[in-house]
Amino acid sequence: MNNFTVEANELTRLYGGREAVSNVSFTLSKGQVLGFLGPNGAGKSTTMKMLTGNLAPSNGSVKICGIDMMESPKEAKALIGYLPEMRPLYKELTVDEYLTIAARLHRVSAGSIKKAVEVAKDRCGLGHMSKRLIENLSNGYQQRVGIAQAIIHNPMVVILDEPTVGLDPIQIRDIRALIREVGAERSVIISTHILPEVEMVCDHVQIIDKGKLVFNGAIDVLKKHRIGNKLLIGMHNAPSTEEMLKIAGIIEAENVSAGLMRVRFAEDAAPAESIVQTAVQNGWGLYQIAPDQTSLEDVFVQLTYQDQPVVEQAAA
Amino acid sequence: MIINVARKELKSMFASPMGWVILSLLMFSFGTYYLNGVNDYFAVMSGAMRPAERTGVTQFVGQMVYGFASFMVLFAVPLLSMRLISEERRNQTLPFLFSAPISLTEIVMGKFIGLVAFLSILVVFIGLMLSTLNIWADIDFGFIIANSIGLLLMIASFSALGLYFSSMTQQPVIAAILTFIALFALMFLDRFFAGDPSNMLASLSLTRHFQSFSGGLIDTGDIAYFLLFIITFLTLTVRRLDADRLRG
Repeated sequence: MNNFTVEANELTRLYGGREAVSNVSFTLSKGQVLGFLGPNGAGKSTTMKMLTGNLAPSNGSVKICGIDMMESPKEAKALIGYLPEMRPLYKELTVDEYLTIAARLHRVSAGSIKKAVEVAKDRCGLGHMSKRLIENLSNGYQQRVGIAQAIIHNPMVVILDEPTVGLDPIQIRDIRALIREVGAERSVIISTHILPEVEMVCDHVQIIDKGKLVFNGAIDVLKKHRIGNKLLIGMHNAPSTEEMLKIAGIIEAENVSAGLMRVRFAEDAAPAESIVQTAVQNGWGLYQIAPDQTSLEDVFVQLTYQDQPVVEQAAA
Repeated sequence: MIINVARKELKSMFASPMGWVILSLLMFSFGTYYLNGVNDYFAVMSGAMRPAERTGVTQFVGQMVYGFASFMVLFAVPLLSMRLISEERRNQTLPFLFSAPISLTEIVMGKFIGLVAFLSILVVFIGLMLSTLNIWADIDFGFIIANSIGLLLMIASFSALGLYFSSMTQQPVIAAILTFIALFALMFLDRFFAGDPSNMLASLSLTRHFQSFSGGLIDTGDIAYFLLFIITFLTLTVRRLDADRLRG
């Protein structure tokens, strides 16, 4: 018996012969936050629908805490809190009424419904909105009601499809804190296409493109991809690339623009000091030297637009 | 769990003015019919000299009110049933129910029971209204009970059909129109075969099966017909929703 909260096994979904999701497998343990990344139409939402039992997979299986979604859907669904892309809110009801119904449908015992509603409202900062009709709430508050609905029964797995869409920066920060908090004791899966968000809240990342998993690993691996071994050097009297390559440890050098040069150095080498020394000796007129970070966007583009096999990295 | 879904439906029904307006308009019209019935009773009975022409006040007024009620629910049910599933489909709130730990059968049963419970308020009110005749006359409660059961079964069958049409479309209005046409056809099927009452199709008519109840007779054959009708359409609804999950 392992302690995986979510096990997806070769999930495949066909839409009229076209594979929207193909052979997606992954596992998630307690206390992990998984970020689901991918361009539009990559199959993020479809995968989430399959995980929550809203869509039957054409092939493969889903297990929530060891319970098969196909065989005993009720037990499996009781362990999940799900916020779909389109918020499933009954706008004619008040926040309290809606959350009470959500608690009741998710088998919160009659005695503790009131408390569950209070706790959920508290965690999502909805305390003063209790008696308002959902219809009259702003977009951001409606989103909070959607999240409150997903965590009201204190589920083992919380699945949020693009939870920070349409929120202002302060609300986004609150929601991220909430995701972290929930993720500390439970498992959380969020989908997003905001890359910095993944770096902030997730400890595990999956990049999905055209229905296929192109990256699956810890967030540190993605960060390594991003930082690389590169330096950006700015000089008034830039030397030729050959001269730069003579410095120990530098493998590659290229001119970015007039006076700006990007160099790549070998793993474990720290050539910054020798570059500065050489520059001073030869009067290159050094005015800038900084690590060159590939933006996360670039990594993302690299991963999604190159035909490369899945980078499998065991979780640390 | 079924009860929880039904409670949710009732809450939505009473949260919008639609439910209240329909309830009050229907009660108003039933009340008017009841008063007219009582007035007419005196007018007609004072003219009926021979004992054979005389009927009891329960039957006279009751038949008028229940006959009218069974006709009026033909308009009321499509208006109430249309939004049960189609509106959830349009507002994309179905995942809320689908991802909760409840089966499709429980969802459909819950919605059905919610609607029937709402409409049974009418049945109870009509029963109470007619019972007030007991203050000055000795009325036939058996007749009222048989009619109430008949009306309730009829409402339940209408609701099951309405629920099915509501599950087929995203547009509540289309669901309402389709339900109305289907119910209208089923109600008046026996009129088309008036010349040939033994025709198979004529016995599918809902009105024909309501007739025995309106005469004060509880016929198990008719009860079985209504129950089968309800079960058929509820099963079809479950299958339609299951197709959503399978085909997406």
